[in-house]
Amino acid sequence: MYIIVIGGGRVGYYLTKALLDEGHEVLMVEKNATICQNICNELGDVCVRGDGCEVATLTEMGVSRADMLIAVTGDDEDNLVACQVAKHKFNVSRTIARIRNPKNESIFKELGVDITVSSTNVIMENIKEAVPTHPLTHLLTIRDEGLEIVEVKIPPESVTIGKRVRELPLPPGSRLALVISQKRGPRVPISDTILQAEDRIIAVTTPEMEEKLRAALRGN
Amino acid sequence: MKVIIMGCSRAGARLAGLLDADGHSVTILDTDAYSFRRLPTEFKGTALVGNGIDQDVLKRAGIEEVDAFVTLTQGDNRNVMAAQIAKHIFHVPKVVCRIYDPLRQELYSTLGLETLSPTTIFAQMLKEKVES
Repeated sequence: MYIIVIGGGRVGYYLTKALLDEGHEVLMVEKNATICQNICNELGDVCVRGDGCEVATLTEMGVSRADMLIAVTGDDEDNLVACQVAKHKFNVSRTIARIRNPKNESIFKELGVDITVSSTNVIMENIKEAVPTHPLTHLLTIRDEGLEIVEVKIPPESVTIGKRVRELPLPPGSRLALVISQKRGPRVPISDTILQAEDRIIAVTTPEMEEKLRAALRGN
Repeated sequence: MKVIIMGCSRAGARLAGLLDADGHSVTILDTDAYSFRRLPTEFKGTALVGNGIDQDVLKRAGIEEVDAFVTLTQGDNRNVMAAQIAKHIFHVPKVVCRIYDPLRQELYSTLGLETLSPTTIFAQMLKEKVES
């Protein structure tokens, strides 16, 4: 694949290195001449000096034949504009932006960026997974469908213990995929499956219904 | 009319002063409180420290109730991002965005933003002066 990386900071540098190792054709853009030169010295001629938001720079780099553009500068606004220029001016099919402010995730989606990666969110998710008491953990996002796979643990004092799956007020669009009980191991739940304390429920839901699903399963 | 101006640049401060003098309710945003020195002494509006590309800051500035939003920071990308948030997320009826880079201005105006490029306008004016 031909991949454009915007921003030659640490993230951009290691990303480019990893992509080159995987055999991709990668071209980077970096504003700072010294940083650009250092990268070329280390990784070969892979860095162009310029502004990744400027149409002229991107034209020179042949962005119209790129399969993907990844904007990883430290500024959310620069990453947004680089992705939008690539998308609307050069028809790049996949644009990825690094974001600092996690709240920009939905804004960027609305404004046409295909994928956003927020280091803040990644760290938050890891912390949540490491803390077993957390009521709901995100396991996987199915981006194209707007779905996510989450895990909810049934606490020992929950009012839903002893209830059947069909008695739970599950929100629309949410499905229980798996019940992992301490005694009986993993089972695919049916409408008569009874919830036990400490069960871990793997469910498919949408970001909007996540909170309702958690409430339905834990009864609070 | 309620207006938010993002960026207390020379143009931002001047626009704030003009609108305020006309009786509009103006809130001006800047990341640096020192920029507010440019505001006229008789300015009666609100000066708020904060970054206009952060939707929490925009809410605090009252973006949900304003009639117009103007971006006048020194950064084209900041202006473009804030203007798009105002238009597409908060549905502000009138959004005007300054973009210095003529090519970027062209792109975003085709994408439906109301944009002004001081570079293009000023170059045209200078050309007319020189040729007259």
